[in-house]
Amino acid sequence: MTTSERMLRVDIWRGNEKGDYQSFEVPERENQTVLDVVTYIQRHLDAALAYRFACRVGVCGSCAMTVNGRPRWTCRTHVSRVVKGGKLTISPLKNMPVIRDLVTDMTLFFDKWQAARGRFVAGDGPKDELAPVQPDTKERMAASEAIECINCGVCYSACDVVSWRDDYLGPAALNRAWAAYNDVRDGDRTGILKAISAGNGCHTCHTHQSCAEHCPVALNPTFSIAGLKRASLKAKLKGELSK
Amino acid sequence: MTPISYFLQRGTAMLMVPLIITHLALIIMAVQGGLSAEEILARTRGSMLWAGFYGVFVFAASIHAGIGMQTILREWTPLGRLASANIGHMLITVLWILGARAIYAVVWA
Repeated sequence: MTTSERMLRVDIWRGNEKGDYQSFEVPERENQTVLDVVTYIQRHLDAALAYRFACRVGVCGSCAMTVNGRPRWTCRTHVSRVVKGGKLTISPLKNMPVIRDLVTDMTLFFDKWQAARGRFVAGDGPKDELAPVQPDTKERMAASEAIECINCGVCYSACDVVSWRDDYLGPAALNRAWAAYNDVRDGDRTGILKAISAGNGCHTCHTHQSCAEHCPVALNPTFSIAGLKRASLKAKLKGELSK
Repeated sequence: MTPISYFLQRGTAMLMVPLIITHLALIIMAVQGGLSAEEILARTRGSMLWAGFYGVFVFAASIHAGIGMQTILREWTPLGRLASANIGHMLITVLWILGARAIYAVVWA
């Protein structure tokens, strides 16, 4: 380290639900990501710092944290884009219980994916026959727009409605349900509409669009939720949800 | 919110847009025109047009406010689903009775 090296001041949350910020000095580098900063601290300054990451290239969705007040994927967030006055404040994602330091408990987040029936249910067709799905059909295009979610939890952390109601399924689970609903091979598409029409489902969304604003892969869960609202209302008026 | 309460909330909101604009325009015109209370009542008494207009308005407003209040209570207070729903339903009933009473007063009384 040279004396001319510029340093970042990094305040990191330590503890679980109760805790405080701890300050570190980290050398500033070119093309440095927020995950690089956290990793530097863990490897050189405090080995006990708990955080989560895996791929480091924006695919796995493990490393999301709150950086200077906004939920972000830290492996693809360059420090130069978010640093304010040479300072970074890093805390765990909001709307999830904190296990330790920057690690949150995502159990409820993923339970809600199951509650929204965001999984494929096979139909009655023969198992060895490929179902033809044309790429230019309405359903396939709607599914394509919602399908690239990396499960990072950024939208869930940014959602005001989740912060008000912890039973709300949330943007990620509902976005997944919309992709699953538009899979014409699914054997029980009405089952998805039933799952997301409960009092804690898609109609609870206020259309604030925080999810779309913060999604690191530029998905629009609000748009998916609007699709679910329309589809479930149509199904309800046709009496399909009470069968 | 369920699909039906969502439908009612959005439907009553859409319904109220022209009603609110007409209502506000009416007030401004009446005040600017210098109409007295007696002159206004002379126009509304026995008018099925205004009874229908404000009947729909009161119906839509009471439902919209009741569902909205239910959502606010559920999200901003510790009240659970049932308590919020009960208060919302009570508000719908109270607003509807008050509105119906007001319509009766300006059209039939």
